[in-house]
Amino acid sequence: MITLRTAGQQQASTGSRIQRVISPGGVEAWLIEEKAVPLIAMELSFEGGAAQDPAGKSGLSHFLSGMFDEGAGPYDAIAFQEAADEQAIVLRFSQSRDAITASLKTLTRHRGKAFELLRLALAEPRFDADAVERVRAQIMGGIKRGANDPNTQSGKAWFARAFENHPYANPEPGLAEGVGAVTADDLRAFHGRLIARSNLKISVVGAIDAATLAAELDQLFGQLPASAALTPVPAAAPLGMGELQVIDLDIPQSTLRFGMPGLLRKDEDFIPASVMNHILGGGSFTSRIWQEVREKRGLAYSVNSGLYPFRRAGVFYGGTATKNERAGEALTVIRGEIARMGSDGPTEEELDKAKRYLIGSYALRFDTSTKIASHLTSMQVDDLGIDYTDKRNSLFEAVTLEDARRAARRLLLPGQMLVTVAGKPQGL
Amino acid sequence: MAEPSIASTFTLGNGMQVVVIPDHRAPVVTHMVWYKNGSADDPEGKSGIAHFLEHLMFKGTGKHPKGEFSNLISELGGQENAFTSYDYTAYFQKIAREHLGTMMAYEADRMTNLVLADEDVIPERDVVLEERRMRTDSDPSSQLSESLGATLYVNHPYGQPIIGWQHEIASLDRKDALKYYKRFYTPENAILVVAGDVTEPEIRDLAAKTYGEAPALGAAPRRTRKAEPPIPAARRVELSDPKVEQPSFQRYWLVPSHIGATDNEPYALEVLAQALGGGASSRLFRALVQEQALATNAGAWYMGDAVDLTRFAVYALPREGVELKTIEKAIEAVIARLPEELTERELARAKTQLVADAIYARDSQATLARMYGAALAIGGKVADVENWPARIDAVTLAEVAAAARKRLQPRIAVTGYLLKEEAA
Repeated sequence: MITLRTAGQQQASTGSRIQRVISPGGVEAWLIEEKAVPLIAMELSFEGGAAQDPAGKSGLSHFLSGMFDEGAGPYDAIAFQEAADEQAIVLRFSQSRDAITASLKTLTRHRGKAFELLRLALAEPRFDADAVERVRAQIMGGIKRGANDPNTQSGKAWFARAFENHPYANPEPGLAEGVGAVTADDLRAFHGRLIARSNLKISVVGAIDAATLAAELDQLFGQLPASAALTPVPAAAPLGMGELQVIDLDIPQSTLRFGMPGLLRKDEDFIPASVMNHILGGGSFTSRIWQEVREKRGLAYSVNSGLYPFRRAGVFYGGTATKNERAGEALTVIRGEIARMGSDGPTEEELDKAKRYLIGSYALRFDTSTKIASHLTSMQVDDLGIDYTDKRNSLFEAVTLEDARRAARRLLLPGQMLVTVAGKPQGL
Repeated sequence: MAEPSIASTFTLGNGMQVVVIPDHRAPVVTHMVWYKNGSADDPEGKSGIAHFLEHLMFKGTGKHPKGEFSNLISELGGQENAFTSYDYTAYFQKIAREHLGTMMAYEADRMTNLVLADEDVIPERDVVLEERRMRTDSDPSSQLSESLGATLYVNHPYGQPIIGWQHEIASLDRKDALKYYKRFYTPENAILVVAGDVTEPEIRDLAAKTYGEAPALGAAPRRTRKAEPPIPAARRVELSDPKVEQPSFQRYWLVPSHIGATDNEPYALEVLAQALGGGASSRLFRALVQEQALATNAGAWYMGDAVDLTRFAVYALPREGVELKTIEKAIEAVIARLPEELTERELARAKTQLVADAIYARDSQATLARMYGAALAIGGKVADVENWPARIDAVTLAEVAAAARKRLQPRIAVTGYLLKEEAA
């Protein structure tokens, strides 16, 4: 039986076009059918990323995400990649602290081969010995490239301290010792635990109809085990507040990372806090920190802050880079703006402008099939509901000055910040 | 494969070219203005001025003071930015379709009415110096790429970094910026590209009312660049730094761009770059990464969209314990064998990927706008963009082999080694 449901009733919005497709075998996907361009984009998320890495095997999930296209089913790595390239099928695997993700893009006429390769990659990866060693060498090379990179090092130090003794502490590629210890059997066992139907969210955008997709879903994912075996990840809040750590690097610029506890996505203050952060340090040319650090003082090329809602911990986190001589000045300005927002909150005018930006710019996210599919997958992962795209802007519209002030007071506690700096900073 | 024409073009009375790319999937537009001047047009001793001016274009006009345009875009839910390359500078906004006319009015205003005060220029110069510290001066790998460019070009300004040399950026001032602005920011030198939920008649009307009002200066500014002579010598650049944990190998050649050439060679070079080093099933990746296990990555690229002689590059990252000399020899062997060994199947695979990229690009209005803008800004035509897949599809094995033989010779290559400096 094919079940279709259309959410919302407005005519042209994205939300009203999202269909919930459920296959005969019970696999669910969210679909937006779009025929204007002859391609199909699919975005998958399996819950359980780097936070599932076993002790002593940090980087295992990242390693696994590098192995899916290194040989599967009847294809060795070379044959697999040739088959994809011959039909210009773009298949990418990635991961984060909370998930392993897959992204497929194919011309409609090559759908058969694209879906076959995706099915094989997920269900029958081979873990051939030469491929394991090749991917290990690539990961080790990446870790080495980051060894004296100020962005990598300041970020790594921040998470290592903030999540000491928690699975979120490690950088996603893992640590060299962990990656060095991974075996093909580890990868096989880990794959068996993580790649399943119970922790999988699927979104599709493009030239495919619901009935066709429903039939394909069982082909694609029917072979996977029904249930993943995830290790529970404990809830956590960042540690080290009030501390400052310097990573000595012989470069002319200091790269700073700063942060403190944030909010989980499901927290009722998450949207008010997003609006507040947009005013404080969100990614536009208008934020307070941007104005004070870059426009008025010329201290940095880039400066921003953001909310990072991991599954088991909320993080407020930001960064900038300024010449060593002015690192102390930059940090003082940033601390000052955070404290000012924490005590006074935004003004009515700032709130109004921020809401208008955040509401008006939502549609800009929907300008490629891959971005739309990726957003639909996040909506599923965060359990926001299939009608979220229709109601999202009214949630932002509803944020009051008091909501934004409350969020600012809750998050931006005076003196409570962990700061890591890579470079040779002065004046800290 | 022939795709239907998706863009149309016309020229305003003052000489400004307009390109319209309809895409009605979402009520959103991408609005871009391209100027046909980039870092290679920086006057002698003023490297970085094109990029510096790009920053200064956000400092306001008599009518719309500093911050007003950015604040307005933000309030309207739009996004904006700008970028500078060797041959062009571009400004763009992505925004809901109903605000397009407003964007065009503001963008047209800053084409002719920019106002600069020292109090804005000086901090912005510090911002650019921080940008340089971030992108280049803190990263040995970027420093090597900069040195390679400077070595490849002995006479032509493509050898200067887009952002400029540090000491020259530090000397740029308000007068330099305004002089440069008056020379290049004219309608004859600009291209408007609008992609999104629009029609050509709408844009004709809006463009006439906004950009059409900008006074013509009579003629487009000329690019005056010194030509690059053929250098019959191999050159080597080595950068050793204690911060380097992962060495790397790069090699550049000077090759024709799409604009200079009258034959098919640039298309052959596109296919060559893909077959030689475009991804996991390319010859370099296959040989160095998969078969010989010498490298963790290897590839090639060709910067075909350029006005003058341009770069073709190969690169590789060695595995632990593998010498760069070994990598160099292995890459030379792959290139030497390619003209005889490249198969029809590999050729077809490379072409399929390149042509598919052009179809995938149609999924993103911003990507489409950039493709057309870049092609026109270097002196190409709308038809060049639209015929691109067919031209790629027509490339023969013999053309690819000939391009490889003629262009990728070790004796005229510029080679870069990135090495770890060991403590004495």
